[in-house]
Amino acid sequence: MEFFRIENVNKNYSGFQALTDVSLSIDQGQVFGLLGPNGAGKTTLIRIINQITAPDSGAVYFEGKLLGANDIYRIGYLPEERGLYKKMKVGEQALYLAQLKGLDRRTALKRLKFWFQKFEIESWWDKKLQELSKGMQQKVQFICTVLHEPKLLIFDEPFSGFDPINANLLKQEILSLRDKGATIIFSTHNMSSVEEICDHIALINKSKKILDGNINEVRASFKTNTFDVVYRGEFATVEKQLNHGFEILSHKEDDWINSLTIKHSGGNNNELLQLITPHVEIVSFSERIPSMNEVFIRVVENNK
Amino acid sequence: MNKTLLIFKREYLTRVTKKTFLIMTLLMPILMGALMVVPTYLANKESTSEQLVGVVDRSSIFLGELENSKSTKFQFIKPEEYDKIKDNLQAKGFYALLEIPGNILTTNKVVVSSQKQISIDVKSHIDSQLERVLENQKRAELISRVGIPDLEEQLKATKTNISVETIKIGDDGLARKGSTEIAMGIGFAASFLIYMFVFMYGGMVMRGVSEEKQNRIVEVIISSVKPIQLMMGKILAIAAVGLTQVLIWLVLLLGIFTGAKSMLGSDPKMQQLAQSQAENIMMGTNPSVQVMQTIEPNQFDQIAEQITSLNLPMLIISFIVYFILGYLLYSSLMAAIAAAVDSEEDVNQFMLPVTIPLVAAIVMMANVVKNPDGAIAIWGSHIPFTSPIIMMVRIPFGVPWWELLISISVLAVTMFGAVWVAAKIYRTGILMYGKKPTWKELGKWLKYKS
Repeated sequence: MEFFRIENVNKNYSGFQALTDVSLSIDQGQVFGLLGPNGAGKTTLIRIINQITAPDSGAVYFEGKLLGANDIYRIGYLPEERGLYKKMKVGEQALYLAQLKGLDRRTALKRLKFWFQKFEIESWWDKKLQELSKGMQQKVQFICTVLHEPKLLIFDEPFSGFDPINANLLKQEILSLRDKGATIIFSTHNMSSVEEICDHIALINKSKKILDGNINEVRASFKTNTFDVVYRGEFATVEKQLNHGFEILSHKEDDWINSLTIKHSGGNNNELLQLITPHVEIVSFSERIPSMNEVFIRVVENNK
Repeated sequence: MNKTLLIFKREYLTRVTKKTFLIMTLLMPILMGALMVVPTYLANKESTSEQLVGVVDRSSIFLGELENSKSTKFQFIKPEEYDKIKDNLQAKGFYALLEIPGNILTTNKVVVSSQKQISIDVKSHIDSQLERVLENQKRAELISRVGIPDLEEQLKATKTNISVETIKIGDDGLARKGSTEIAMGIGFAASFLIYMFVFMYGGMVMRGVSEEKQNRIVEVIISSVKPIQLMMGKILAIAAVGLTQVLIWLVLLLGIFTGAKSMLGSDPKMQQLAQSQAENIMMGTNPSVQVMQTIEPNQFDQIAEQITSLNLPMLIISFIVYFILGYLLYSSLMAAIAAAVDSEEDVNQFMLPVTIPLVAAIVMMANVVKNPDGAIAIWGSHIPFTSPIIMMVRIPFGVPWWELLISISVLAVTMFGAVWVAAKIYRTGILMYGKKPTWKELGKWLKYKS
C-alpha cells in the first residue's frame, strides 16, 4: 500500500539545481533507503518532506493527501548534523522538543520515562547536554525523534558516531519501530547497513533519480553471472570442461581444496554444475551478487 | 499550546533563571548607587585630612589674612628660613610652599613649590584666598583715594544674583515648575537606556540565533515549527527579559530613592551633596565645587516637584513604546544577520549598516538637547532608525501629540517591514552553511518560496 509519494519535484537554489523531476513512492511499513553521493540533493529532498523548504514545482502526498502543515506532527526527523541546546538539561530539553511536536507535557513525560528506562539513561535527566559524550547525545536525540510516535521516520546517517554495540541497539530499535507500523526513510553512505535494513532503495545523483527499486531486485539486476566454485580435484580437468562460453577469472590451487571464479556468458547455473560435477567434488558453489557498495559505485561512475 | 508561546517560554525562562542574569540585575543598581554615593562619601572624607602650606610673604600684605580651609592650612615662615625648608619640604611636614614676592600688587604672580603635584582643592583655595585679600586691599586703597565715604556699601549693593524659575504651561493650562536641567537629565538617561538596551538585548538575540545555527539544533526545531515562530518567539522572549530587568531596577531604584530621601532628609548638607552628585551624573559633568554651592537647601523637594511636572505616565509609556518598537526593529535585523552568516567574524560586515544609525543618534543627542525643536531634532525623531533615541531626548521638553503619533507610526511600519525582511533572510540563512552570502544573495533570499 502506498504511504508516501513524491511527484515530479523540482528545486532550484538561485541557479543551483538541487532536484530535477524527482518522483518516489514509498510503501507503508517499508524501510526506504535514500542513497546518493554528497551534494546529490538528498538533504533538499528530506527538507521538502519535512516542509522546511517548499519545492518549486511538483507535489508531495502523505497517505494519499497533499502534504499539509499538520503532517509535521506525524513525521520524526533525525538530521545528519545533530544538535541540541548544549547548556540545557537533558530531560527539560527532551520535554521541550516533544511539546514542539505537539505532545502535551504529561504524555511526553510518561513516554520519556519509558525510553530513558529502556536505554538505561535515567541518571542523565538532570545533566546538562554538554556533560554527555557525543554518542550519548545522539541517543538522547534519537529518543526525541521517535517520542511523538510518528508514522513516518526520517533518519539521516543515524549510526554515525555510535560504537558497534550502540549502533546495533539502534538498528534493533529502528526495525522494531518498523514492525510496529512506522514507515522509515533511511539515508546513509554506509552501504552494508543499507543491505541489512532496507527493503527498497532510490539513488539520487546530480539532482536526478537514477535508480529505484526493491533492494534484492536492484542487486540482482547488476549480476554479472560470476560464480565462485570450491572443489576437490584437478584444475586442469575443470579447465578442459569450461572451454565454451566460460571465462575463468581467477583460480587458486591448494593441497586439499582448489577454488576458482568463473564468468558465465549466458545460460543457467545448472549447466555449469553439470559440466564440472562428473570430474571433481564440489565443496561449495555460489553466485556473486554485487554488494550495494558495488552497485552504488558502478551506477554513479556510469552516470558521470 | 501555541508553538510561539512554547518557544517564548523556553527562551524567557532559560535566560531569567540564569545566575548571570540575577547577578547582573542586582549588581547594576548597586553599581549605579555606588557611583552616586562613593564620590559623596569620598568628598566628605577627604576634607578631614588637611595639608600644611608654608607661606613666605615678602610683601607683608597677607600675614593673618589667609583663612584656613578643611583641606588647606597656612603657616607663615620667616623669609630667612625659606631656602632651608624648600630643600626638604616633607621632612619639615609641609605639603607645599607658597612664595609671595614683594611686588605682588603689580605682578599678580606667586610661586608654589611642592614635591608632588598639588591637588586642585589646595590650589583653588590658595587662589581664592590670595585674590580675596588682594581685592580687599585694592578696594580699600581705592576707597580711601577717591574719598567717597559709603562707596563700599554702594559697591556691595550692585552685586546681583539671578535665579531663573522656569514654568511649563501644560495642555491643561496648569503651570508647573519645570527645570531645564532635569528635563535634559531625564531625556539623556531615557535615550541612553534605549540605546544600551537595543545593543544589549539585540546582541542577546544575535547570540541566541548564532548558537542555534552553530549547534545545528535549528534543523530539528524548524521541522516542528515555522522559522518565523522560532525567530519571533526568541525576539519577544528577550524583550520580556529586558522588561523584567527594567521592572526590577525600577522597583529597586524606587526603594533606594525613598530610602535615601528619608535618610538624607534630616541632614541638609548631605542632601546637597547627594543631590549635586546625582545631577552631575545625570548631566555627565565633573563634580565641581560650584555646583554644590549653588544648590540651596530643600532642593530635594524642589527636584521631586520638578520631576512630577514632567508628566511621568506619558514619559514612561513613551519610553516603553519606543523601547519595544526600537528593539524589535533592530533585533529582527540582528537576528537576520546572525542567521545569514556562520562565523562571528563575518558578522561585522553586516553589522556596520545596522549600528551606524544608532551611533549617529547618540552623536545627534548633544545637539538635540541644546535645541529640542531644531531641524536635527525634528528629523531625527521621525526617521525610524534614530527616532527611539532622539524622540526620548525631546519628550521631557514637551512634544506635540501629533508629532509623537507620526513618529511612532512611521517606526511601527518600518518595524513590521524589518521583521518581514528579517524573517525571509532568517528562514533561508539559518540552513545555509559554509559560504558567506553576498548582499545580492540576501536580496535573492527575499524572493524564495517558503
